[in-house]
Amino acid sequence: MELNLQELKQTEFPVPVELEDNIAITSLSQLYNWGRRNSLWPMLFGLACCAIEMIATASSRFDFSRFGFEVMRATPRQADLMIVSGTVTKKMVVPIVRLYNQMPEPKYVLAMGACASGGGPFKEGYNVVSGMDKYLPVDVYVPGCPPTPQALLYGMIALQRKIDGQSIANGDDVPWYGVGPAEPTPVPVLGPDIIDPRQMDMIRRQAESAAMEMAALGQRELPAATQMVAAKATTQEAVAAAPAEVDSDALNFVLPTGGTPWSEAEDIREKRRLRALARKAVRATRRAAETDEG
Amino acid sequence: MVEALATEETIDAQTIDGAIAYLQTQFPDAVKLDDREGYQGLIVDSAQLLKVARAIRDDLGFDYLSSATAVDYLGVDDHMEMVYHAYRTSGGGALVFKAQTDREDAQIPSLVPVWRGADFQEREAWDLYGIRFPGHPNLKRILMWEGFHGHPMRKDWREAYYEEEVKPFDSRWPGGHVHRSEEKNVFGKNVAYPPEIDLNRLMDSSETSVYSSLGLGVDIEQIMDKDGFETNQLVVNMGPHHPSTHGVFRMVLTVDGETVTSLEPVMGYLHRNHEKIGERNTYLHNIPFTDRLDYISSMGNNHGYVLAVEQLMSLGRRYNPPTYRCEALRVMMVELSRIVNHLWAIGFWLNDIGAFFTPVLYFIQERERILDFFEAVAGSRMMCNYMRFGGLFADLPERIKSVSNLANDRVRDYNTMQFLTEMVNERIPRTIDELEQLLTQNEIVLERSIGVGILSAEDAINYSAAGPLLRGSGVAYDIRRADPYSIYPELDFDIAVEQEGDMYARYRVRVQELRESVRILRQILPRLEATKGESIWADGKVGAYAPRVPLGEAYGRVENGKGELGYYIVSAGGKNGSSNPWRYHVRAPSFINLTPMGIMSTGYKVADIVGILGSIDIVLGETDR
Ligand code: SF4
Repeated sequence: MELNLQELKQTEFPVPVELEDNIAITSLSQLYNWGRRNSLWPMLFGLACCAIEMIATASSRFDFSRFGFEVMRATPRQADLMIVSGTVTKKMVVPIVRLYNQMPEPKYVLAMGACASGGGPFKEGYNVVSGMDKYLPVDVYVPGCPPTPQALLYGMIALQRKIDGQSIANGDDVPWYGVGPAEPTPVPVLGPDIIDPRQMDMIRRQAESAAMEMAALGQRELPAATQMVAAKATTQEAVAAAPAEVDSDALNFVLPTGGTPWSEAEDIREKRRLRALARKAVRATRRAAETDEG
Repeated sequence: MVEALATEETIDAQTIDGAIAYLQTQFPDAVKLDDREGYQGLIVDSAQLLKVARAIRDDLGFDYLSSATAVDYLGVDDHMEMVYHAYRTSGGGALVFKAQTDREDAQIPSLVPVWRGADFQEREAWDLYGIRFPGHPNLKRILMWEGFHGHPMRKDWREAYYEEEVKPFDSRWPGGHVHRSEEKNVFGKNVAYPPEIDLNRLMDSSETSVYSSLGLGVDIEQIMDKDGFETNQLVVNMGPHHPSTHGVFRMVLTVDGETVTSLEPVMGYLHRNHEKIGERNTYLHNIPFTDRLDYISSMGNNHGYVLAVEQLMSLGRRYNPPTYRCEALRVMMVELSRIVNHLWAIGFWLNDIGAFFTPVLYFIQERERILDFFEAVAGSRMMCNYMRFGGLFADLPERIKSVSNLANDRVRDYNTMQFLTEMVNERIPRTIDELEQLLTQNEIVLERSIGVGILSAEDAINYSAAGPLLRGSGVAYDIRRADPYSIYPELDFDIAVEQEGDMYARYRVRVQELRESVRILRQILPRLEATKGESIWADGKVGAYAPRVPLGEAYGRVENGKGELGYYIVSAGGKNGSSNPWRYHVRAPSFINLTPMGIMSTGYKVADIVGILGSIDIVLGETDR
């Protein structure tokens, strides 16, 4: 949120009259977020058609500098925000993940347009990644093909609001203050098709079972709609029964054999996420209770 | 008829029919007429292709190979085919010739020794169709990466999210079931691996292997080997993430000091399988996809595609050509797109030679106003999806809303014709004047661009360069005049040409073309006034939305902002026409214009490379498709 100077001066702490105009009191978190949210520098990084609208957003008519996005930096080392502006292809996702790893924390990803959010019009293409979130954590999705500059601005402001909600007091909100360097996202490898290192075990297992049938891995018969729902329900039950063993990605499809062990980093991240969610829920109920009383 | 033309003297080889007859008499056992229904041109015996191609270029004067592409006829006659479209730079129609080969172990001699412009196109055919070209200097994959499994455009190759051969898919229509494709994939992603995948031998990512697969013409091992003998040569990688490459384009250069000794464009980072998807789509589906090719000038892309399909539809019985008003509107939209395109191209070229982001702001501002107009007419700023087979999406609205003053974004309500008149007669000319005043004699622009990135006229033709790149080299070839379409023959305008072939010449060509476009627009406006009230549809949209397209092939081409944009479309399969294209190929100017990038850059400094690329004016959506 924007800092309102008038409000900051109204405090219950005693402030000498002569200093009233010079002292403002706020929480460290607020001050810190105010600085961060107003100096988010995007990376100068265009992928496809959406990049043209991103450039339009940066230029005089729409001008995102007005909201603190100031300048685009061509190097990831100076950027806070990666706007994934266009179709992510398998060939391109490798450098994208590498660029993401090179960005200093805190860093955010905005998926601009249908392509970056979920594959878009080209989703079925053999070289197209079904959305940036298959490889990187995405903070804001902006729908559209391409989103208008106004929509992109709205998305960027949504990101600012997200930052407002983060608190230094909560280590899960600001993991970059944690001890030690953050785990880099594993960079995908271009083999016969793109390979996500996190799925290596699964691919190996599939290859072993497929070696007998000599059928391509990956494709499967599409079950009829009803079966699909049923199958999904079973998977979810299985997940609920043995949560530690099952890849959470598996929620989306039926695993032919058991679960996949995640790398440790994934595990930690997942636990953190769950804890953060739980805390958020507690906060929300508390807030609701407060407003009820008030 | 063939007998009548049997002697050489009676053959008028200037006409296309004459040229075909000439080839038939010269090479009676190597060529035969392509007599499949709806097809044209010749089928050349693969073994003698080079010989015939030389005769086509040297004896008949077809010096410009516009397009070379492959078609897989699996299930139709079970062979593969390369289709070539050759033109004369003096104007006229295409000489179409084809070479056929087996699907297994497909091989066709390379035509690079005859037309260098075949280079990237043959690499593409190898990459996507698995046709080998003996004699090609550097037959590597170009859009996909080395090591990818299979050749994806072959009709029997299926993508990971494969559902059915053609749309509409049963799962979606008419039942209306929706699913996420991820759900049917074991890995939850758009991937499929061959069963023999060997995870222990994944791509080696060492520098040597990264560069040595590119065919740079230098010994990478030696350059990389720091202990080897001393040398100043370096390999420099630019892109795919680089502020100057106009998208996700990559160049690998070897430099000696500051001087470039070789350059290899690397692409495919935005290869989004336009053609594979296009062959699954219905004809109508493809119109919005063409918008996303050259996303700066979507109207021009629409135009080329509808022209190609209309060509095919005109073979059938139920077809009415577009009305006059429709043609006038199409030309107006296309010329406005050309203005947008050139303003953008000049602006970003200036970025590249050091005027970072200041001049381009002025041009983008003018562009915004044109986009407001597109939005009012077609409903979208960039992806207009405006043209239809035999018509248009909509006529001009009575009034449009646009910002009156970009500084404060105040929206005003205009009468459309008044808005257009003001834009064409005042605003755009004013912007061009301002542009010229600031740049044409600007000392830095002159210093940086004169004599840099030279492409000679012969090379430009031989490398199949198109658009301002070709005309900047002194070749007065503009499809609007050389092979006219729509209502261009009756419009009064000149072809912009400059002789020098350097960056500055290309800039001058673009500025002149801006002025010519304004001139055309001034002639269009009275035509729109005169046809007011006339329908944009001839005879009520017959077949416009779900056409059954008669069998045959068609090549529709237009002069787009970046050069010759062509669509090669084959309708095959059914008995009485098809509802999905069998082959849908885009001859993309941005892609083929990069073929001479290597020779244009060698000998110049690293800092010039960026400008040279900017002066070619590429857009990646079209380069990689
Ligand atoms: S969302 Fe649409 S406009 Fe954006 S990159 Fe994808 S196809 Fe292009």
